[in-house]
Amino acid sequence: MVASLSRLSFVLFLMILPGFSGKDLPEPDFKIISFEEFESLAAKESEKLRIFNFWATWCAPCVREMPYFEEANKSNTDMELYFISMDDARRPERVTSFIEKRDIQSPVYLLNDVDFNSWIDKVNPDWTGAIPATLFVQADGTRHFHEGAMEEPELLSLINQLK
Amino acid sequence: MKNFRPLFLLLFSILLTPSLALAQNGGYEVGDTAMNFDLPTVDGSQVSLDGLENNQGAIVIFSCNTCPYVQAYEDRMIELHQRYAPKGYPIIAINSNDSAVSPGDSFDAMKKRAQEKGFPFAYSYDESQEVIKTYGATRTPQAYLLEKQGDEYLVRYIGAIDNNYQDAASVSEPYLANAVDALLEGSEINRQTTKAIGCSIKWSRNSE
Repeated sequence: MVASLSRLSFVLFLMILPGFSGKDLPEPDFKIISFEEFESLAAKESEKLRIFNFWATWCAPCVREMPYFEEANKSNTDMELYFISMDDARRPERVTSFIEKRDIQSPVYLLNDVDFNSWIDKVNPDWTGAIPATLFVQADGTRHFHEGAMEEPELLSLINQLK
Repeated sequence: MKNFRPLFLLLFSILLTPSLALAQNGGYEVGDTAMNFDLPTVDGSQVSLDGLENNQGAIVIFSCNTCPYVQAYEDRMIELHQRYAPKGYPIIAINSNDSAVSPGDSFDAMKKRAQEKGFPFAYSYDESQEVIKTYGATRTPQAYLLEKQGDEYLVRYIGAIDNNYQDAASVSEPYLANAVDALLEGSEINRQTTKAIGCSIKWSRNSE
């Protein structure tokens, strides 16, 4: 009980931490969200190219490509990056300690809905469910989807093409 | 204008075909005939569809050692095999991950995992990745339920095992078991395909 309370307060502490990114981040760094919350986030109006990268702490190809996304986000003022974690919501500390250890700057939202078949197609019908996967939402709302890991040049050229 | 319709349809189908092929990853759809395979298993023998006896089909599950989703389903896979193998639907688990990319998925590591968990089903190694490419699986775990008709195996269900990897007791839709039950009862399978978040396949670097 004490352990779970301290874990909870640690998570709460992380949730109120301001974004340390050079860019002004309107959202807290870490949050557990429902699919409905993800949908309204993805549908939000924006003048920027918004990138939602689906990943998990234990997924090696995901972790490998994360720095490419973060670097791109630093050098592009006209994009917004969100990491959408598929980790187990019963163990949020795995994600929060990862954020701390890897010094992740972008907001990380843990999508807590294990009824995968009910929402995968709503993100994109081309998604088979494998991670990593990335959803790009252009300023006009057009969606572009990529399943699988990306190399840095591929990601940068895609960003330039879409923004 | 009416005369142009066949042309439009032709153009439309040409435009549409590549994207459809991409969405299916060139693999099987429900209704297709599945290829036979002959793969080495962790107990030192071989497993093939042709070599199964007294069966009505097979539950082929693309699996591995390292994926947390697979690990969450291992006990359920054991239970499904124990429930359905006697009824003619044994599980055949296939690991296709390249051990150079994912060392924890080597054949030796598979043998160790099978022993630790006491897998009652065949756990086999698709080292060339030929089987998974033909089937078109993109993640682990991903199940293909096959029904035997004569000498052929027809694909009847493709997708997830159920709708809650975290907690077997909270499953509200046991997709795979429902599909096997439907075949056993000779009724329609309600949900023939489902999707789930899974681990990407660790493809051989020289094959891409």
